[in-house]
Amino acid sequence: MPKNKKIVLSSAKVRSNEDLDKLKEISEENIFSCYQCGNCSAGCPAAEFMDEPPHKIIRLLQLGLIKEAMYANSSWICAACIYCTVECPRGVDIAKVMEALRQIALRKGVNHVNIDKLSEKILEKLPQIALISNFRKFTL
Amino acid sequence: MKIPYFPGCSLKTSAKNFEISAISSAKVLGIDFVEIPRWNCCGVVSSLSSDDLMHHLAPVRNFVRVLEMNKTKMVENEKRMLTLCSMCYNTLKRSNQRVKNNPEELESINNFMYREEEYDGSVEVIHYLQLLDEIGFSQMTEKVKNSLENLNVAAYYGCMLIRPKEVGIDDAEEPEIFEKFLSALTAKPVAWNAKKRCCGSYLTVNNKDVVVDLAYGILNDARKNGADLIVTACPLCAFNLDNRQKNVLEKHPDFKTIPVLYFTQLMAIAFGLDEKSFGFELNYIKPNDVLKEKVFK
Repeated sequence: MPKNKKIVLSSAKVRSNEDLDKLKEISEENIFSCYQCGNCSAGCPAAEFMDEPPHKIIRLLQLGLIKEAMYANSSWICAACIYCTVECPRGVDIAKVMEALRQIALRKGVNHVNIDKLSEKILEKLPQIALISNFRKFTL
Repeated sequence: MKIPYFPGCSLKTSAKNFEISAISSAKVLGIDFVEIPRWNCCGVVSSLSSDDLMHHLAPVRNFVRVLEMNKTKMVENEKRMLTLCSMCYNTLKRSNQRVKNNPEELESINNFMYREEEYDGSVEVIHYLQLLDEIGFSQMTEKVKNSLENLNVAAYYGCMLIRPKEVGIDDAEEPEIFEKFLSALTAKPVAWNAKKRCCGSYLTVNNKDVVVDLAYGILNDARKNGADLIVTACPLCAFNLDNRQKNVLEKHPDFKTIPVLYFTQLMAIAFGLDEKSFGFELNYIKPNDVLKEKVFK
């Protein structure tokens, strides 16, 4: 989220929000279980590279601000290591929420990684385990 | 013991050293890996979306192959599917759990794959470390010819062997199976902080810098705690922690490299097997010097 951007809170945003409903459907997680202890962010090895750490992403979603959550690079930095999920005392599978954020973006038709633009040099160097897993998470 | 073995793509390419060392050292223990006929890629990562069944087809198709192996007597009443790669293990196990817990989803998948034999949920996905534990790690100790008692080894669990809890081969927070394995091989397991910290996984394709930073932290932690080398069960971790040391060095010229081996390579060394079964040609940072100093004196 850009610094100093005003956040407008409204109950309507939480109650009726197509993308947020989709997120709940894809992740099957109750984001309102989260009480913002921050354990997920404390343990996340990639949090320092994220615009917003995992617990903040969940907070944005609780407030219905899914656009802001998707604007952050966080779900594209998440490597699905499942550390947050294991650490959450409330049983929220945060990795699934991150996956749902990626899926909502990908299903709008924009791949995060453009396979055509990866140079042959890069493709030759990388093992297929890296390529397949990357394309599975970052393209549709 | 004959057991259906799922190699996965890496063990036939970038991680050939994992496969060759595993198969040859297993023979010493009387374990015969029977490669699953017509196995296919598991998909590497598990789909975490509730509405995505399609990505669970590939794992289920492999389970059907295990049933076929039992039917054709390639194995005798052995429905365990043995994996070495921790990503394959995780992906296959998660899919198996999902379809076992959701009979309707399994029915959809079976209907979609109507030309295949029906999958009944009876296959069990296991990791090689679990099998060794079950047989008894002490069996390995008896076969040790080259003592590893001077070798300090950092066991790197990474993510996929232990998370999430439902599929982990050991406790997600305080795992110790890898250390038990090392002790049984007569090596000295080191206590270190980064053993279950993610290496950055698939970000290595489009976000190399993150992986280089994470690898730097993990490798340094191993060194700081006195490790001579690191062992892993994951070909992607191996790429990020071993091959990426080239990039770590570019960014941090003072960095001291450390070899990263597959745990099965350590078995082959301890069992005194032929050098061919070590497969060191595929390791980027060569372990020869440290092994010469600490093992082959």
